[in-house]
Amino acid sequence: MAEEQNGLLLRIADVDNVYVLLRPITAGTVLQFGGRETAYENALELGHKIAARDIAAGEKIIKYGAPIGSATRDIRAGEHVHVHNIKSDYIPTYTLDSVTE
Amino acid sequence: MSAKAGFSGFLRQDGRKGIRNTILVVYLVECAHHVAREIVYPYRKQGVHLIGFGGCYPNQYAYDMMARLCTHPNTGGALLVSLGCESFDRRGLAERIAESGRPVETLVIQERGGTLSTVEQGQAWLGETLAGLEESTPRVNMAVEDLVVGAICGGSDATSGITANPAIGRCFDLLVENDAKAIFEEGGELIGCEGVMAERAVTQELGEEILATMEKTARYYTTMGHGSFAVGNADGGLSTVEEKSMGAYAKSGSSPISGLIKPGDVPPSGGLYLLDIVPDGGARFGFPNINDNAEIAELIACGAHMTLFSTGRGSVVGSAISPVIKVCANPDTFRRMAGDMDVDAGRILEGRATLDEVGEEIFSQVLAVAGGAPTKSESLGHQEFVLTYKTFEPIGPACLPV
Repeated sequence: MAEEQNGLLLRIADVDNVYVLLRPITAGTVLQFGGRETAYENALELGHKIAARDIAAGEKIIKYGAPIGSATRDIRAGEHVHVHNIKSDYIPTYTLDSVTE
Repeated sequence: MSAKAGFSGFLRQDGRKGIRNTILVVYLVECAHHVAREIVYPYRKQGVHLIGFGGCYPNQYAYDMMARLCTHPNTGGALLVSLGCESFDRRGLAERIAESGRPVETLVIQERGGTLSTVEQGQAWLGETLAGLEESTPRVNMAVEDLVVGAICGGSDATSGITANPAIGRCFDLLVENDAKAIFEEGGELIGCEGVMAERAVTQELGEEILATMEKTARYYTTMGHGSFAVGNADGGLSTVEEKSMGAYAKSGSSPISGLIKPGDVPPSGGLYLLDIVPDGGARFGFPNINDNAEIAELIACGAHMTLFSTGRGSVVGSAISPVIKVCANPDTFRRMAGDMDVDAGRILEGRATLDEVGEEIFSQVLAVAGGAPTKSESLGHQEFVLTYKTFEPIGPACLPV
């Protein structure tokens, strides 16, 4: 496990292409990823995922060193990774409208 | 960490040892539920728990579950409440309980003068039985190796897989080191983990059984059109069922997997066991388990003296028969719901404790609860219980190689 951005982000396994937020972030927060700025329009709760690098559509999302689904579109480093841009490789995720973006 | 220090338990005729001496009041069809609940009410804080089966149609699984629960080492006796016309085999169940050396009585509402009179007779039986219970139950020394401990997660979020579940995994490793029996359950929450799990099996044949079970699971949930994934899981940052699975899987710790069991199978010796909760023979009666408590009841039917329950969003449930230890994964949830939580595993996220420290704390709590200390949900009177229709085939010989 490795923490980055002053303990804000956790990469659980070295091969993971997503970080986990260790603290919530507020709307309007700006973070630097590979010299590029990412601004967050929405607040994110702790535990949510952030892309650790650019991920191409169709690529596997890796967390805990294991695939947890596939990207449904290109995801930029720093972007929020969730049900709006990844999908299960097993059974579709059921969400209410209030939780999808 | 060793735990040779013993505690006092209750000795049953079959040689098993219990950590509680609970009297069950059992309704055998929903039509008898109200009467059974009324019987329990004045005794609900005196070690009397209400369980039951709602269906009027017979079901072998439900009967076997009920027989296991009524002769569970934590159970001291049972009062069966029947309407009279339901299909449940009340005579067979009463015989099984009597043969186990436990006090048992059956009240058939249609033969006992209806609601009020049955409630009176039930309460009179409870009063007499409770008065003589302590004297009639032999005590026995217990050690950690006598314990069967289950683990489950409910109300998971993205913190569950980083804090509470791996901490429970550490506790499971300590239990297995001390020759206790540890059971983690496999429903749709382990879809995606089949490969890593099969590699941990003590024999190749067991590994193949695990793979076959997981294929059955994926097929079953696909037929249902819905994974083991609730809306709150996505609110909490989990995106897919396999992401939830990888987090849930951490509860199993790192011991080899000694066996694959089904509801009601009691592990034969110390070690780590996987409980298959998905029915055999295709999707017939609906979702495998409609909620967390249906799964807890199955762990208890496998002999679990207590259940470790990991939660991130914040579940409040306990259980009839065997206490539930609530391990809270999310530090914000713990601050909001401290009165319901036994262990604050979210400290790991805030740098206030390590995984090993929380794992050892859960292990200490297991010993304390085994020695009689009440858990939070137990003190609050939580006694949730759910039992529904299912079908199972017996496990094959490769499932228990040891």
